[in-house]
Amino acid sequence: MENNNAPLLEMRNIKKDFFGNQVLTDINLTLQAGEVLGLVGENGAGKSTLMKILFGMDVIRETGGYEGEVLIDGQEVKFSDPFDALAAGIGMVHQEFSLIPGFTAAENILLNREPTKKGIVSEAFGPRLNTLDYKEIQERSAKAIDKMGVKISGDMVISDMPVGHKQFTEIARELSKENLKLLILDEPTAVLTEKEAEALLQSIRNMAAQGISVIFITHRLQEILSVCDKVVIMRDGYVVKDSPASELDVPEITRWMVGRNVESAHAAEARELPDARTILSIRKLWVDMPGEIVRNVDLDIKEGEILGIGGLAGQGKLGIPNGIMGLYEAGGTVEFDGKPIPLNNPRACLSASLAFVSEDRRGVGLLLDESLEWNVAFSAMQIQNKFLRNFGLFKWRDDGAIRAVTNKYIDELKIKCTGSRQKAKELSGGNQQKVCLAKAFALEPRFLFVAEPTRGIDVGAKALVLEALKRFNREFGVTVVVISSELEELRQTCDRIAIVSGGKIAGILPASESSEAFGTLMVSQVV
Amino acid sequence: MGKTLENQSTVRGFIDRFGMPRLIIAAFVVLLFVMAPIVGADLTMQIGNVINRFSWNAILVLAMVPMIQSGCSLNFGIPLGILSGLLGGTLSIQLGFTGVTSFFMAILLATPFAVLVGGGYGWLLNKIKGGEMMIATYVGLASIAFMCMMWLLLPYTSPTMVWGLSGKGLRTTISLEGFYDKALANFLPIPIDPENGLYFPTGSILFFAILALGIWAFFRTKTGTAMTAVGSNPLFARAAGINVNRMRLLSVIMSTWLGAVGILVYQQGFGFMQLYMAPNNMTLPTVSAILIGGAAVNKASIPNVIIGTILFQSIVTLTPTVVTAMIHMDISEVVRMIVSNGMILYALTRVMKGEGSR
Repeated sequence: MENNNAPLLEMRNIKKDFFGNQVLTDINLTLQAGEVLGLVGENGAGKSTLMKILFGMDVIRETGGYEGEVLIDGQEVKFSDPFDALAAGIGMVHQEFSLIPGFTAAENILLNREPTKKGIVSEAFGPRLNTLDYKEIQERSAKAIDKMGVKISGDMVISDMPVGHKQFTEIARELSKENLKLLILDEPTAVLTEKEAEALLQSIRNMAAQGISVIFITHRLQEILSVCDKVVIMRDGYVVKDSPASELDVPEITRWMVGRNVESAHAAEARELPDARTILSIRKLWVDMPGEIVRNVDLDIKEGEILGIGGLAGQGKLGIPNGIMGLYEAGGTVEFDGKPIPLNNPRACLSASLAFVSEDRRGVGLLLDESLEWNVAFSAMQIQNKFLRNFGLFKWRDDGAIRAVTNKYIDELKIKCTGSRQKAKELSGGNQQKVCLAKAFALEPRFLFVAEPTRGIDVGAKALVLEALKRFNREFGVTVVVISSELEELRQTCDRIAIVSGGKIAGILPASESSEAFGTLMVSQVV
Repeated sequence: MGKTLENQSTVRGFIDRFGMPRLIIAAFVVLLFVMAPIVGADLTMQIGNVINRFSWNAILVLAMVPMIQSGCSLNFGIPLGILSGLLGGTLSIQLGFTGVTSFFMAILLATPFAVLVGGGYGWLLNKIKGGEMMIATYVGLASIAFMCMMWLLLPYTSPTMVWGLSGKGLRTTISLEGFYDKALANFLPIPIDPENGLYFPTGSILFFAILALGIWAFFRTKTGTAMTAVGSNPLFARAAGINVNRMRLLSVIMSTWLGAVGILVYQQGFGFMQLYMAPNNMTLPTVSAILIGGAAVNKASIPNVIIGTILFQSIVTLTPTVVTAMIHMDISEVVRMIVSNGMILYALTRVMKGEGSR
């Protein structure tokens, strides 16, 4: 207690890179006791990485640690695992619930920290055989729940609870720790209804009043303004704005979030195609893709254009291609070139000359254990009977033709590999992405969906992939739809950009429109 | 210094590629072959035995391949195929076929059973993706128990097969003399040691070669390629418009049919048909043979079948001779148990590894 004026938490010059890829640069932030700090930023801005550093997660240490200092109460700390962070009074509630469904709220709240009673057996065989003190458990969990200012019965079994109550139980678990000083909430309201979210915000205020500091991460900017004392906005691994919440409003936060180098960002070659006919028309599309639910999408895509689909994570932009291509259950009507496309049937889509480069490269996009040849040629072989030699009764693979087409794309897309026989799993992320593109190109489709084409690949590969898509569009007149979380990338590649928010299309703007306008659309219908 | 390091890594690379267990077993087999003449066993006869046993078992091991390739995992349910084969064999004898004809009639009669049972089995495996091995084991055990009752109840009347006294119910062991005993083996046999009745079973080996060639060719077709892709990554296959369940179903039917043919080939070499609990003794040796051959739980090839069968059968035939001569105790059964169970255990640890890295 020699330093009473020191802030509860101070982070100084935090730097972090993942294998040479700088994700955090010179992060400074301070937090006083009882303060609520709102942390906002686009996906990939570095919010989660920063919180992982603070919470001492293993992944940070495994990837080479971080630079800079973290100070708690003026003392430098270096957490080697989350248990150290817990001991120092930091609690974290993650996006996903980690509760035991068959246990009651009270049991979950005090799991593995249960107060115990001594019994005859434990006297003889040691404290591991103490019995649980259920009365004490009830009291302590009730106290934790009270801190939030909500009413939840400690006897309620988790599996019977509405989502909101589960979220409160998670938070109560952190609150029940006596020494809790700082609570990190990572998008706690994402799964809540409006009313539950309001209750949660109220409980954050209650906690702050009791001297607990809160770091609150959310995409709902209105919540930030209503509950936070100060707001830290991150973009591309930098803190771009750090100011009291009272000095900000939603449009301004949006501008700081997405509007990087507003003047320099050029919507390169965005074309207007006023005469183009509609090639794909989507009406009342819903897709049940976990985490990316599409609720009601109407969208017309013009022949020959590059359309971007952007939006925040979890708002449903990825659900659109996955639903149309039959990978997740979907409903509604989709017409391609005037003919209806049956949903929930991947083969029909591919036969109709649509193709899809999945965002899940390693899971859906590639045969990791097979050669590049197989990866490139497989779909075209199965759908269009290419690369086959006919022997009357049966059709054999034509390995020569497969090798030829693979080598062609290896040259064209500059895929770095030891040869067409190399296994896909041995390539780097960027080169794997190129193989996925080659697979789609080999189908020679008329229409191409590309989801998150640059996720997790380095800058050089990024440019190459986007260039290849553009060339494919210009040279062969293929209509391309790029779905990406990175607005800037869409603005450089696409002609028009549709923004998805809350499972619906919030609006379509020309790529040359200002970042601010897109940002406003992104948060317009967030649920 | 640098050179030794390099050597070390090549050695390690070789071990990784070849697989530690396979290396140990291969070394053990070589040791057995070296020891055999020293302890006074007749090496020619031993090698002849290994070849013969290979010809009996190879097709059963081949029956693992389609299911492994389509990602249905190791075929612990091979008793279903074997039972179909037994039904075919007994029906062929019951219907009065003899000699070589009875062998091919047995295959023909077993086919509808294999297709039907394989179809049901495949449907079941499609319902429980991810837990195939455990379910398959119990399907195998349950079907054997069920057929134990059936062998007694089915109205077979052929005097060569039913119990002598009651005239009802099939015997546990049925001699195939006059029926399809050595039906394939006696096709162009090459004498190895005629005094001891040891011949090279040209016909059996040829028959295996034809089936193996057929399977190899199948996996080069469009459908075979799709099946391999399903085993390699079902999500990828689905996104490419493949009906994953249909591919798996087809592979299970193929495996079951090969199991049926496999047991008939085994019987023609062995000379006897064994009913009741006997099919149970075929599962683990077959599964471990293909694993020794270097197959993974979702990748298997014809060389895996051949190498695995030879290594496994060498151990089974050579161990009793060599060890008995040395310590006057028969531990062949023990060795066989250790090898087959050990191999399967090893394979299961590999499955976990594979899942985790995905």
